[in-house]
Amino acid sequence: MIVAEQKPIEEIMKMLHGFTKVLNLGCGGCTSICLAGGQKEVDTLSHDLRQKYADTGAAIEIGEHTIERQCNADFFFHLDDLVKEYQAVISMACGAGVQFVADRYPALPIFPALNTTFVGVDLDVGWYEENCRTCGDCVLGDTAGICPVTRCAKSLFNGPCGGTRLNGSCEVDKELPCAWYEIHQRLKSQDRLELITKVRPAREWVNQTRRTVIQAPYRDRYQK
Amino acid sequence: MKSGGNLEAVLNAGEFAITGELGPPRGTSIEAVREKAAHLKGMVDAVNITDNQTAVVRMASWATSLIVIEEGLEPNYQMVCRDRNRLAMQADILGASALGIRNILCLSGDHQQFGDHPRSKGVFDIDSIQLVNMVKNMRDEGKFLGGDDIDGPPKLFIGAAANPFGEPFEWRVHRLAKKLAAGADFVQTQCIYNMKKFRQWIDEANDMGLTEKIHILAGVTPFKSIGMARYMKNNVPGMDVPEDMIKRLKGAGKGKVATEGIKIACEQIEEFKEMKGVAGVHLMAIEWEHRVPQIVEQAKMLPRPVITPGSGEA
Repeated sequence: MIVAEQKPIEEIMKMLHGFTKVLNLGCGGCTSICLAGGQKEVDTLSHDLRQKYADTGAAIEIGEHTIERQCNADFFFHLDDLVKEYQAVISMACGAGVQFVADRYPALPIFPALNTTFVGVDLDVGWYEENCRTCGDCVLGDTAGICPVTRCAKSLFNGPCGGTRLNGSCEVDKELPCAWYEIHQRLKSQDRLELITKVRPAREWVNQTRRTVIQAPYRDRYQK
Repeated sequence: MKSGGNLEAVLNAGEFAITGELGPPRGTSIEAVREKAAHLKGMVDAVNITDNQTAVVRMASWATSLIVIEEGLEPNYQMVCRDRNRLAMQADILGASALGIRNILCLSGDHQQFGDHPRSKGVFDIDSIQLVNMVKNMRDEGKFLGGDDIDGPPKLFIGAAANPFGEPFEWRVHRLAKKLAAGADFVQTQCIYNMKKFRQWIDEANDMGLTEKIHILAGVTPFKSIGMARYMKNNVPGMDVPEDMIKRLKGAGKGKVATEGIKIACEQIEEFKEMKGVAGVHLMAIEWEHRVPQIVEQAKMLPRPVITPGSGEA
């Protein structure tokens, strides 16, 4: 899941400066699941904004709406008429959703209410951890299901650096486990250490330009 | 010879080598470099020139290396993976070799979070082992990492670092083996204080036949004070300072700690001279360059050997 966090309300207000009628648009996808940009958070942010504006004596009208996902056109049809009533849109989706809204309504200013933080997992309610940097060339099969690109502070590919602490934590933070320490321990327990004793050559980074994916069955449809 | 440098010649001749360390200034003072270099001249076979060490901006390692050459010292040009991608690295390697730098030490680099620009973007395009391998292929195959031919390949003696004390301990000898397989000619280790653990590591390296193929220089840093020892023990990740070492420093009494620190370092050097698989020492006298002549003298490592060109060849 994509995990996001709400921006400080002051930053959102700064973006909204000069607008008097805006739509706060929630997303029912990932940002709803991570309790950052769903219907409930739209309610809360809109309420907080109204309060702040009232405190400063400025006028603003905030409409509220949440669609199933801000990253697919199918969910936008009934929104096309609604947005015409507003001067700007606050999007509570991830960065991808914000851009999708902006591309659909190019005449309308769009403002992100969230910072998109990472692709991660739920550790508990309201507690998430980053696990994937979407590098596009997965090595998890050789690294015991532990990502060195994401979980090693230096994204090393050939084992732990010299900074691994005596308790097996990373040099940057005593509380942060060293990814390569964990990879070693797990591969050892599986008796598969030979996977990391060979030199892994420099990788070809495939995430340096914008990527698109067209799945094999659809190639005839989209590729001329 | 791979590089035509002094360090390679000394090691190939089977002499017990010593390398020093010089941290570039945080400004443009050539004088500051010259002053530090003056203390090291004739005392060491090569001197490591650090590359933005602890992720703090300093004069470029290659530039400082060139000043050091003018002063009659051989630099060991350090390069970290934190600050440049493969294009910048290869460009700097060509320039370094063209201007007479003969040794390169390939490192991952301390994480940027430790330094004076903690929110800078760490590059880590390639890691230290991949860097070793890149330099090896540039030198021996005459190829850039991208596969194109180099018009005049660099001549460099390739170094890497090893920390025998980082966890997991049992992995560390395999990491050394990987650095050898990638193409490292020599290795300088992290500061050694736990001699028992170091012996275990070097024994493993001997058993695996690694020490016959790679020159290992044991890292030595004399303690200047009890505070420094405590700091190294508690704050430097991957450092192993046994408590009895600190006890011994305390026992030296007021005003005599630094002398005791040097004495410990010299005793360690004596041990390393006798240790199978150790080809020399890497003396990191951090901001203590002026004490290097005394330490090298006291460790009975003077005069340094002068190898006539060609005689180091096997």
